[in-house]
Amino acid sequence: MILVISLLILLMLVAAIAAIFFKDLINAVIASCMVSLIASILFYFLQAPDVAMAEASIGAALVSAVFIIAIRRTKRYEE
Amino acid sequence: MTFLHDYIYYIGAFGLIFIGLFIMLVKHNLIKVIIGLSILETGVNLFLIAVGYISKGTAPIFSNSAVESERMVDPVPQALVLTAIVIGVAVLALALSLAIRLYHHYGVLDLRKIKEQRW
Amino acid sequence: MKSIISLILLSVIALGIAISLDKIPFGVPKTKIGDYYIDKGREETGAANIVTSVVVNYRCFDTLGEVTILFIAAIGLGAVLATRRKKEKREIEPASLVLYAGCRFLFPLILLFGAYISIHGHLTPGGGFQGGVVVASAFLLAYLGCRGRRVSETGIKTVESLGGLVFIVVGLVGLAVGGHYFLSNFLSKGELNSLFSAGVIPIIYIAIGLKVGSELTGVIDHLVEESE
Repeated sequence: MILVISLLILLMLVAAIAAIFFKDLINAVIASCMVSLIASILFYFLQAPDVAMAEASIGAALVSAVFIIAIRRTKRYEE
Repeated sequence: MTFLHDYIYYIGAFGLIFIGLFIMLVKHNLIKVIIGLSILETGVNLFLIAVGYISKGTAPIFSNSAVESERMVDPVPQALVLTAIVIGVAVLALALSLAIRLYHHYGVLDLRKIKEQRW
Repeated sequence: MKSIISLILLSVIALGIAISLDKIPFGVPKTKIGDYYIDKGREETGAANIVTSVVVNYRCFDTLGEVTILFIAAIGLGAVLATRRKKEKREIEPASLVLYAGCRFLFPLILLFGAYISIHGHLTPGGGFQGGVVVASAFLLAYLGCRGRRVSETGIKTVESLGGLVFIVVGLVGLAVGGHYFLSNFLSKGELNSLFSAGVIPIIYIAIGLKVGSELTGVIDHLVEESE
């Protein structure tokens, strides 16, 4: 169990670090969305199902959609 | 193994907080700064929930009225984080709308270039 | 150069936090108030979900402030994105038939799911906040799939004001009738683990669900309108 959780946290940190280096902002948004998704799994393991539901529906759906709409309105690539 | 068991959630939460702060300090693109803000927020929420956890506790929901109140995790941080997440999405949307307005005004999203320009 | 300086700064902060975190053990009970809520929550509020009873009953004033922050953020977003230009009618490329039919099929199901989560907030995980977000994501799907359809702004404002009004009015009635504090539980608590239980908690949570859902729908509406 603890190994699964450690692997998930490692994956989450890798996704967060990947968000630093992507020049394409859409890729960075998808990476941060993955951070939120894994965080919601961790909330479930920490016995907080309410928070896990909120984080999954907000972090994975709404935040990424809002970011993508904003990127579509501005510039896609970071120079 | 005991080290992992004791500290792995703290490591994950503070790793996210530091990565988010690093993005906010170093990057010049406004949208990237806001992505860093969202990562930082997730880290803070994860830390608060991890502080409230009690080992071998169950979720604070009584599924059956006959069940005795066994060991349950602390409900107060969960309630705080629940509201904080919903505030977070509104704050992110407000920040992104300010970024869109700035882009309309200046034509760039780079903070260094915005600093150089006049109104 | 700047990144090196910030890395050094962050590592100094990390060292300080690591030293102080060593004193906070993981998995040990830390507060007394949590135990009180777990022991007494069922008799005092009648809700099976203790998180709900903390959010809506014990700390309802907090929740009122939080909903107000959400409202102010939505208003600020509208004020920032408002343009004085006349909206020109532009040709909107319609979505493909499969996408359109799929969205038409999924939209009511997602709305139903959001309503279920909001109504059952005192029994199962979930509640008004999560249900409201699910409702808002249903409208997001409608914006993506059925291009050109739009929720009327008056409807959004009406539902939002209705939610806020129900919250305040139920709270004031509780102040007048039930006890000596805002939002006291003046209805009967009913039987634990049944749908009609826990007094005013389901009513308040449904109001919060309406308010959160309509506010986030308004936020998405402003952003989408700006980007088309």
